[in-house]
Amino acid sequence: MATQHSRAAARLMISPSVILLFLWMIVPLGLTLYFSFLNYNLLMPGAHDFIGWKNYYYFVTDPAFTTALINTLVLVLGVLLITTIGGVLLALLLDQPMWGQGIVRILVIAPFFVMPTVSALVWKNMFMNPVNGIFAWIAHAFGFQAFDFLAQAPLFSIILIVAWQWLPFATLILLTALQSLDSEQMEAAEMDGAGPFARFVFITIPHLTRSITVVILIQTIFLLSIFAEIFVTTNGGPGTASTNITFLVYAQSLLQFDVGGGSAGGIIAVIIANIVAIILMRMIGKNLEA
Amino acid sequence: MARRTTTARKTGNTVLAWGVGLLIFFPILWTILTSFKTEGDAIAIPPKFLFFHWTLENYVNVNAQSNYLLHFWNSVVISLGSTLIGLAIAIPAAWAMAFVPGRRTKDVLMWMLSTKMMPGVGVLVPIYLMFKTFGLLDTRVGLVMILTLIDLPIIVWMLYTYFKEIPSEILEAARMDGATLRSEILYVLTPMAIPGIASTLLLNVILAWNEAFWTLLLTASKAAPLTAFIASFSAPEGLFYAKLSAASTMAIAPILILGWFSQKQLVRGLTFGAVK
Amino acid sequence: MTSTLRALFGACAVATFATVAGAQTTITVATVNNGDMIRMQKLMPDFYAKHPDIKVNWVTLEENVLRQKVTTDIATHGGQYDVMTIGTYEVPIWAKRGWLASLDNLPASFDVNDLLPSIRAGLSYNGHLYASPFYGESSFIMYRKDLMKKAGLTMPENPTWAFIRKAADKMTDKAAGIYGICLRGKAGWGENTAFLTTMANSFGARWFDMKWHPQFDTKPWHETMNFYVDMMKADGPPGASNNGFTENLSLFQQGKCGMWIDATVAGSFVTDPKASKVANEVGFAMAPHKEGVKKDANWLWSWALAIPTGTKNEAAAKTFVDWATSKDYLNLVASKDGWANVPPGTRTSLYENPKYLEAAPFAALTLKSMKLADPTHPTVDPVPYVGVQFVAIPEFQGIGTAVGQQFSAALAGTTTIDAALKSAQAITTREMTKAGYIK
Repeated sequence: MATQHSRAAARLMISPSVILLFLWMIVPLGLTLYFSFLNYNLLMPGAHDFIGWKNYYYFVTDPAFTTALINTLVLVLGVLLITTIGGVLLALLLDQPMWGQGIVRILVIAPFFVMPTVSALVWKNMFMNPVNGIFAWIAHAFGFQAFDFLAQAPLFSIILIVAWQWLPFATLILLTALQSLDSEQMEAAEMDGAGPFARFVFITIPHLTRSITVVILIQTIFLLSIFAEIFVTTNGGPGTASTNITFLVYAQSLLQFDVGGGSAGGIIAVIIANIVAIILMRMIGKNLEA
Repeated sequence: MARRTTTARKTGNTVLAWGVGLLIFFPILWTILTSFKTEGDAIAIPPKFLFFHWTLENYVNVNAQSNYLLHFWNSVVISLGSTLIGLAIAIPAAWAMAFVPGRRTKDVLMWMLSTKMMPGVGVLVPIYLMFKTFGLLDTRVGLVMILTLIDLPIIVWMLYTYFKEIPSEILEAARMDGATLRSEILYVLTPMAIPGIASTLLLNVILAWNEAFWTLLLTASKAAPLTAFIASFSAPEGLFYAKLSAASTMAIAPILILGWFSQKQLVRGLTFGAVK
Repeated sequence: MTSTLRALFGACAVATFATVAGAQTTITVATVNNGDMIRMQKLMPDFYAKHPDIKVNWVTLEENVLRQKVTTDIATHGGQYDVMTIGTYEVPIWAKRGWLASLDNLPASFDVNDLLPSIRAGLSYNGHLYASPFYGESSFIMYRKDLMKKAGLTMPENPTWAFIRKAADKMTDKAAGIYGICLRGKAGWGENTAFLTTMANSFGARWFDMKWHPQFDTKPWHETMNFYVDMMKADGPPGASNNGFTENLSLFQQGKCGMWIDATVAGSFVTDPKASKVANEVGFAMAPHKEGVKKDANWLWSWALAIPTGTKNEAAAKTFVDWATSKDYLNLVASKDGWANVPPGTRTSLYENPKYLEAAPFAALTLKSMKLADPTHPTVDPVPYVGVQFVAIPEFQGIGTAVGQQFSAALAGTTTIDAALKSAQAITTREMTKAGYIK
């Protein structure tokens, strides 16, 4: 379909994005890579000696590293699961005819507007707190003991908070995609006697796969670097039960101001993110083709 | 859209959707309610839902303590600026990838996304030094640049997905009618792509609006957006939930209104699609 | 869309901000968002009246964000700030690097000898003052007089830990939602680690021996943690492992805590009838000690104003620091908001002022606590570091937070006390080896 002419034009159109991102990647990433081999603490001026792999060695052999790696994956997968399934269901619901559709859509999208620190503070203090929280109040009203969310199930609680924030993103993308679904095709299927479930499985889901893929990929990027929610609620504790890789990098970079160690952690985080992305692409990448 | 719907079904949908919508919205509603309480009422048990002493005290305090309009204006410039520049760069790229896919399109897309995986803290020091050298610290220009770069991969990706959903037969028909590349993009593609572009715009404005790492660390007083405004109210010594709620409500409100408008835009885009 | 956007831009164009031009010097001041600092911003007309040639730009932020920003800026010589609010933790570290301008030549009216000796020592390096204290705090016990009476006990002025445990047991009434003791549990070097470090000091423990070897494997640390966890499990509120200063403050103000051991600065919050349900029932006592151990569990902290070296506006910055931390400033606050709201804990003269002593029931004990805290000799056994509730080395923020996570796990019951202390020992040894302290 594409002519020689349009190919050249296409290349021209892609190049600004590629060049910009290439610069953005190569300059800071190159510097990060360089710093990761130095003994460089921001609070210790003077010569920054080359120390080889020492920063990497200390980051990877940190006893919290394995836990953090597992927590990172659990966090990403948990939120993805809730938001994709919830997002599809919500998008389907919101696509139905109803009164006040516009308002309901805004209500559903609204959590995405809230800054992560604020939503973490609100959830922690006004909902999950075992003495003052609304959940505790509900539990007491039904005669149950209040559940101490952030101590007994810290990671789960954080997944809940993050999923609440990201559900609107999935819903909005999927809803937009649903709207481009050909209604004639639906009607034809309906006339052929396909029930609602069959229509959902054979028409809607295939139509949504590409959008679902994008939801998963984009969310993964953000979820791998979840930080504010953890910092505000549990500070990575109790123990390392809610520490993720980003939190470890943060501790190196902005608590100790260890630029070398933080850079090594950053590079490792990039590698992990890329591995996750490659696995994801293997699993769902074919959906991206037309 | 021509399908028949019974009133009963519509009522059922309405009840269910409003129920779910209100449940999801509740934490925000609670924040807004709390912003009108006294600090004492804000932490009262049992919680006070509507029957408390309503007060505007928190808003008065918040405004006395900080320059909301300055932060608000910085947020608008930074988030809209970075999103619009990002869209201008990304629309051609996404268009080309969607309609003239090459062998490496998927790899390029993947690579773009991978630049997004670099954790900010890792590159804070080099960026800070560069900003210092070029005099970009605490300027809106600097922040627009950073946020454009950060969000560009996301914008390209989202647009790419939406463009992919536009049937290529329509393009071919236009091409056969003798449309040039330019008019093809302007008159055929763009109208059909409006819902996609609108939701990309909305989502990216929100992402930029809430970006709280670079906007906090690269600014001081002149270019600080609403994230800094929030950071001046969260977690001081003493009770602060009501005041924080008031500040949060003020930070959310503008984007809620923007969401309302672009939400209408999304629906309008739909009617374009139906014309085909 | 365009019309909406245009409307939005139009509305905001009205609010465009003109920068004041002219012979004025503009200085940028970074501060933490606590009540005393916010009060200062409201009192700025007084400063402008006295110094019309200086304009102040405020950057007010919560503690953690503030710390990240000013540290990044000063270490890269970014020059964004002319005055920075920093704590007793940063001052010795930064002064050693030559990043702070010395405040030796402040005007005579500043009266440097009036500063409380322990605070002055905490903000000095090699005998030179590098930051001027805005307020200072130690730690003490806040307790409910009514509940103490109901329990049939009287709080001594110098209670022991054993007494605290006994009182906590008697005051606790979980059915009524009353918890005998509220203490910090949220992980963080400035949260539970700060509290537990001072508590451990009073049990005779220390962070490091003279060769920088961590001491978590010693008996005093085990005693501290066992005592803390046992008491909190029996008498503490649910969710204690996520309670920091703010969470405990709201619990206490709602009348849910019998006793609370925390910063002296909270004294004015818990006695403020507008915020506290129990304002009239609050008593104060010295932080507890252990029988037979000659060290009290008092910490020492101060938010202080410092000037980074290399600022172009050093003279104006000094003028501002002098104004904000002067004796006159205390009088100014007193005249506007009353003596109880004066920033506490910086000047001896304040504690000799009968009006202040009358307005602030916690004043005498605050002073006594601050005098007892000695950052240069924080522990029973000698240590190579400075700092009571912290260790003033750059690595401490990271180590303190990792160790705090272990302590909060022990409190939450997700790990045993022995395991938590073993991990703390391992984490600290590792980091200290990495940083080159342990050869």
